[in-house]
Amino acid sequence: MTSVGAVAWLMVAGAMAQPVEVHLWHAYRGEERTALETAIEAWDEAEVDVSVQVLALPPEGFSTKFEAAAPRGNGPDLLIAAHERVGAWSSTGLLAGFEAPPSGLHPTALEALTYNDTLYGLPLATKSLVLFYNRDLVAAPPTTTDEIAALAGDLPQGVYPMAVAATEPFFHAPWMHGFGGGVFNDTGDVALDQPQNAAALTWVKARIDDGTIPDEATGVLVTQLFNEGRAALAINGPWFLGEISDQLNFGVAPLPQVAATGKAAAPFLTVEGILLSGHARQPEPARRLAAHLVSEEVSVLRGREGRQSVATLAALEHPDIANDPILGAFRAQLDDTVPTPNVPAMSSTWEPQARALRRVLRGAQSPDDAVRAAQQEFAIVTAPPPPPANPLPYLALAGLLAIAGVTLLARRIWNARSEIAQHRTAYAYVAPAFLGMALLVVAPFAVGAGMSLFSYQHNESTFVGLANFANILLARDWPVFSPLSFYTTLAVTILWTAANVTLHVGIGVALAMLLREPWLKLRGVYRVLLILPWAIPNYITALIWKGMFQKQFGAINAILGLFGVEPVSWFSQFTTAFAANLATNTWLGFPFMMVVTLGALQAIPRDLEQAAEVDGASGWQRFRHVTLPLLMPALLPAVVLGSVWTFNMINIIYLVSGGEPDGWSEILISEAYRWAFDRNHRYGYAAAYAVLVFGVLLVYSRATDRWLTGKS
Amino acid sequence: MSLQGCAGYAPHMAQASPRAPSSIRRVLTHVVLIIACVVVLYPVLWVLKMALTPGQAFSLDPNPLPTVISFANFWDVVSASEGGTWLFGRQLFNSIVVATITSAIGIGLSCTAAYAMSRFSFPGRESGMRLFLVTQMFPGVVMLIPLYILLDELGLLDSLMGLSLVYATTAVPFCTWNLKGYFDTIPRELEEAAIMDGASRWTVFTKVILPLARPALAVTGLFSFMTAWNEFIMAMTLLSDQRAFTLPVVLHGYIGDHGTDWGHFAAGAIIVSIPVMALFFALQKQLVEGLTAGGVKG
Repeated sequence: MTSVGAVAWLMVAGAMAQPVEVHLWHAYRGEERTALETAIEAWDEAEVDVSVQVLALPPEGFSTKFEAAAPRGNGPDLLIAAHERVGAWSSTGLLAGFEAPPSGLHPTALEALTYNDTLYGLPLATKSLVLFYNRDLVAAPPTTTDEIAALAGDLPQGVYPMAVAATEPFFHAPWMHGFGGGVFNDTGDVALDQPQNAAALTWVKARIDDGTIPDEATGVLVTQLFNEGRAALAINGPWFLGEISDQLNFGVAPLPQVAATGKAAAPFLTVEGILLSGHARQPEPARRLAAHLVSEEVSVLRGREGRQSVATLAALEHPDIANDPILGAFRAQLDDTVPTPNVPAMSSTWEPQARALRRVLRGAQSPDDAVRAAQQEFAIVTAPPPPPANPLPYLALAGLLAIAGVTLLARRIWNARSEIAQHRTAYAYVAPAFLGMALLVVAPFAVGAGMSLFSYQHNESTFVGLANFANILLARDWPVFSPLSFYTTLAVTILWTAANVTLHVGIGVALAMLLREPWLKLRGVYRVLLILPWAIPNYITALIWKGMFQKQFGAINAILGLFGVEPVSWFSQFTTAFAANLATNTWLGFPFMMVVTLGALQAIPRDLEQAAEVDGASGWQRFRHVTLPLLMPALLPAVVLGSVWTFNMINIIYLVSGGEPDGWSEILISEAYRWAFDRNHRYGYAAAYAVLVFGVLLVYSRATDRWLTGKS
Repeated sequence: MSLQGCAGYAPHMAQASPRAPSSIRRVLTHVVLIIACVVVLYPVLWVLKMALTPGQAFSLDPNPLPTVISFANFWDVVSASEGGTWLFGRQLFNSIVVATITSAIGIGLSCTAAYAMSRFSFPGRESGMRLFLVTQMFPGVVMLIPLYILLDELGLLDSLMGLSLVYATTAVPFCTWNLKGYFDTIPRELEEAAIMDGASRWTVFTKVILPLARPALAVTGLFSFMTAWNEFIMAMTLLSDQRAFTLPVVLHGYIGDHGTDWGHFAAGAIIVSIPVMALFFALQKQLVEGLTAGGVKG
């Protein structure tokens, strides 16, 4: 074949081949998503040999999914994520670099997406906090913090000068930077204990005490106060635009200067980049698509339609963008921001920062002590990994144990062989469930538990033997009596489980007893209404409960107020925070026990109770001595399993108290999650916690064994 | 236990109507139930309020009744479509398929296992029961990635069947324990009589035991269904196609890193809970008509 022929043949083959697929994952919604997908569709149509497959995912679980899928070859070619991820992902090979980025991109944004001198993504948008102001309450946005404090006198009664989620370190950061502090010091080390950081804490605490900023304000409360005209200013990010009421006459401006230092209150900057997966199958068209998405034309579209603060310089000069007052304010703020450091250590600073902030704001600690404690906590969670251990003794021991186990099992089977043969039917009945469980539950756990013998830090895994367990059990990280030590948390977890199960079973059984009476009218209606908490996704109902426990505006304090009770700050003491978690989880958990009891009650012949009634037994005696003993066999499994589930019920803790105050209301499983996700991805440590949780439950099940199997 | 035999021997007596309660007891019962319903409904009404109020703000207002009523949020959630596919309809269908398969596999696996554990005394029975319980103690935090790899190797990623299998195995322990507890209360004399008449074990199981265990089957059915219906993180990790998603994944898509579309989320939460309520309503009859309602014909 001549070379001309070969080229012609290749061209024909190319035209006939299926278009190559470029996969892109993102977590955008609303107008941002529409603008992005419009731009991609247009490109997709123009590029005949490429077909773009877009997948919109929820932000929650986005990184976990990417981390699981990419190494297996199931991940996307491109993904849109915050630049903070770049450090951790690039060092595990999950990302590939952009060698020749298009020119004309904002230098700050490019720098944020660079790690170890390699650019890992093209900047789509920059996001930071700004100042929102209600034009009906303030004529012009304040330019210094003194002007904010001075607002108080001019505002109507009951209107806060400024609403901000002050207990969140992300929302506190502008003051920290404005007072000259920061998370890192000049030499690039984490230094949470800088005196300037303490000064910022002092200032915020004073503003809450003098009523400039509402106490215990969450993001939800900020929206509510601003929308109702009860806050003149709000500090929030671009996502807030979707939450502001249509009727509100508002403006957007850069954050003010800190009067004490004359420095701008600089918020953290998040750069959303389009990143190239290190496992991309089509890197070349993926790079082209990425470059297209940051082109001037698409960036103007994303700015105008998607309301994004884009990072393409030419687009920022475009009249559609430059003349937009809201986008203009975000653009102006961009010059006074601190890009969130993308080094992996940064992710471990949020938790100590949050604890320090909350301790100061609820008056439990002085700012100086709080920042020092924060630095110590940071040192604990980023402590160097245990020294590598020699795996040989462990392997030998594991081998011996395996041989011993197999021999023991084989001997047992051999001794019982005739009995086993007799019960072939029974084994056939049990086998399907048993095999399914062994494969899909036991095997993944065994693999996961094996991780507890390793240390995963700085993306290196080393065999450390039982060192993780030793650290936890010997309380080498947190002192024994501190809220985060294994033992304190274990005690709280046991209390949590016992209280929940008692209430779930007590309320569930009581309601089921009432609901079974045949003479009861409307019992069908009652039954359906009472299982509602189980039916509705608990993410929203748990947050409604959290809202009800809000100090100033929550329904619970409003009801207590009717009886003359002073507003309770629910999440600043262990007992009340625990009670709030417990109330929420009881509300969510009793319907299950009620349904189980309703079913179990059907196995109990009513004539027995009637006979007891004829014999003169009281209602309670009948229940205690006739109904309950008969109920037990069917109810006990639910009680035992219910306690196991409650033991590991992380959602409610996470959503309602968030571990407040100071980690006291955390349970063991939430510690495992924190090590895995909030503290530098120390999976080995998290796995060790998980194995310990399992061990504790195993001991518990041994204790309940007698109730369960003894009865049958 | 001698008491257990009574239900079988005296089913007609069980149907005898209980003595009429005093009117004080009637009123008290209603009062207690109404208080319980108010406590249950208060947060639920709030969800409804957020769903019916236009906009995406979370309401902290103690009044749980909506001041404006608009169905825009419901419409936004339901009308989601992509490339000519009615996405929401497809995802609702997926959820129903996954939850139904989960219930079918869950009940199928667990009722046979529970029957064997209730009726036969075979070597390994106790350890087996314990093992079922023990699997519930594995914290999920360490299992996700190994499970992902396993399902990938088995070719079960991105399939509703694979997802249902995972859910079913997590539902099996409770279902087995609960059914076993219930089977234990069914008198053995019934089966022995049927076996004497020449029925096989399997016939006895399907024709005698299962019909009697309807209340427990209803409980386990509802439980398996719920295991699959509201689960988010597995579905999100194992599925990678918009058209294969189940509703919890869609619902969590309204939760942003910072802001959340509360109106959409609340409307979705209400929609998601309706099939559960309908299922419970349909199962109610089974749930309250067990032995005492004359299920025993032997």
